Amino acid sequence: MTRDQVFDRLEEVFRDVFDDDGIVLYEDTTADDIDDWDSIEHITLIAAVEKEFGMSFTMGEVSGMKNVGEMVTIISQRARR
Amino acid sequence: MKELQYPFDSEWIMKKKKSLKRNLLGDGSQRIKKRIAVLGGSTTDDVIAALELFLLDAGIEPEFYQSEYRQYWQDAVFGNPELDEFGPDVVYIHTTQRNVDFMPNVRMSVEEIDAALDERFKRLEQMWQALGRFRCPIIQNNFEMPYFRLLGSRDSYDPHGLTNFTSRLNEKLNAYAQTHEGFYINDINWLAATVGLEKWADTKYWFMYKYAMSVDVIPELAYQTAAIIRSLFGKNKKCIAVDLDNTMWGGIVGDDGVEKLEIGQETGTSQAFYEFQQYVKAHKDLGIILTVCSKNEEENAIAGLKHPEGAVTPDDFTIIKANWEPKSINLENTAQELNIMPDAIVFADDNPAEREIVRQQTPCSVPEIGEVTDYIKVLDRSQFFEVTTLSADDLKRSEMYKANIQRAQAQAKFASYTDYLLSLEMTAEIGPFKDIYLARIAQLTNKSNQFNLTTLRCTQEQMAEFAASNDHITQYGKLLDKFGDNGVVSVVVGQRGSHPVTGEECLDIILWLMSCRVLKRDMELAMLDGLVKQAKAAGYTKLIGRYLPTAKNKMVKDFYPDTLGFSKLSEDSEGNTVWELDITGYEDRNHVIKV
Repeated sequence: MTRDQVFDRLEEVFRDVFDDDGIVLYEDTTADDIDDWDSIEHITLIAAVEKEFGMSFTMGEVSGMKNVGEMVTIISQRARR
Repeated sequence: MKELQYPFDSEWIMKKKKSLKRNLLGDGSQRIKKRIAVLGGSTTDDVIAALELFLLDAGIEPEFYQSEYRQYWQDAVFGNPELDEFGPDVVYIHTTQRNVDFMPNVRMSVEEIDAALDERFKRLEQMWQALGRFRCPIIQNNFEMPYFRLLGSRDSYDPHGLTNFTSRLNEKLNAYAQTHEGFYINDINWLAATVGLEKWADTKYWFMYKYAMSVDVIPELAYQTAAIIRSLFGKNKKCIAVDLDNTMWGGIVGDDGVEKLEIGQETGTSQAFYEFQQYVKAHKDLGIILTVCSKNEEENAIAGLKHPEGAVTPDDFTIIKANWEPKSINLENTAQELNIMPDAIVFADDNPAEREIVRQQTPCSVPEIGEVTDYIKVLDRSQFFEVTTLSADDLKRSEMYKANIQRAQAQAKFASYTDYLLSLEMTAEIGPFKDIYLARIAQLTNKSNQFNLTTLRCTQEQMAEFAASNDHITQYGKLLDKFGDNGVVSVVVGQRGSHPVTGEECLDIILWLMSCRVLKRDMELAMLDGLVKQAKAAGYTKLIGRYLPTAKNKMVKDFYPDTLGFSKLSEDSEGNTVWELDITGYEDRNHVIKV
């Protein structure tokens, strides 16, 4: 799967979770860029991303990811679907 | 919403919770508002989010109070101005294995462990008693089993095991629930086992977010909790309508003949259908009405139901609709004949196409019941009939509906309606609320929609308060006749108030309802006679009646003027009307029921 493909699928997950079809993701997108991305929605988001790609983040990764780009890197390495 | 009915996709619900909520709130349906305090022993945000979806879907619009993280006990025992001002209609205590807060070990004496168990239980008991100040139902999770067992299987029976400790704590909760009204256990222990403890206790969620369970199982928890809440507020279903061919037995009775049907003990398939018949039949004892809705010749349907190897008989069904009309029409007629709303019917049919049509044409609940081996599981997990109260009337309900149909047959034989009513040899018991009837009074109050003037919902605790108060006059009515005991069928509560025009003191009727199964029996007149008698004794000279329209209570729009002879005081733009009756020269109106 290419990085662009991961971005596309990830964008869909974000749009579902935040109920906003206008969301566009970039390498440097962070929680500050998306309304409603608080600590609680972060939990829903991580769970939904894990389901989408059939993988799971380690605890260190969940708290360590700085932006969407880093999330995409981890997904690209471990995605099983 | 089909997506929120069991079997549902938990992961999808959590992902789409925002748009689901938006769609539910925008669907224009009428909902009752309830205040729910969630006191948590872990992070409860998503529990509340999912609970909100299932309640909205069940016609309840919740407003939540949420305790700060893990402050459930402190909020309950020491109080908190925000919670006290909130004034909950229900308190839900969301505690889990993470809140057992004790870890026995093999170096401890059994006495030490027993003392710890008592101490732990007393802390909980102290909390429940403190919550009594809200006079509302309390829903308390029991404790799911720990996800690890230090002693292996021995953990379950040795007092030094946490598994054993948890089971014993749960037993104490059960004993408390058995002896305390208004206290309901949410059995998360069963639920965790059913979804799988490994899936339930994904510890990453605890360590990272302080979620006591994984996000995936939160909808399961929320659905079960919502089932208890909707039952408390009268949103249970009342009737199971079953299709017959390939639903109640294997095969098609009209084509294959009775002798070829798969039902009984001969084959695995026969046994599966037999077990389903037993499950359906068992609902009769819970006061659930059973009916048939099948495309069949009636004669064939009856023959199938009389199958000697089957668990049911035609007598188990209050109404049998076996014909070639569309099922949606048969179900609407069933609702009308039973005097219940169509949305109180659960329809079980093996045919996906029939299910879809009925779902589109009627508000009946039509679960995706799958294969015969899934039928029980799907109906059971749907919790349509969650039993929060079990009154003596429930046990007799099907007989009561049967007797109703006999009465209708008797009616045909009389010259005048009054002759017919007299022939019923009715006797009523009417008086202020009695403790033994409080459970039934609250149950009836919370589920009566049609013959209900104000649709005021009250908990059993509030009913007890009305009964004890000097500012209230309460009255229940129980009706018997030669065909049987109808049980408690009418509830009235009056409250000291002032006349909207003259300001003089009068009795304001805040609740007047009656079960539709005793319509046109003059029971309402007997109730008025009783109320006037009590009101006069308390020194009142005027009664004030109110009609607050809802989608379901149009039948009593003109109840105060037409049936009871009240005169109109006012009407507002929403159709709310206020009525008065001067009772100084009142004479009894009922002449057919012996009181």
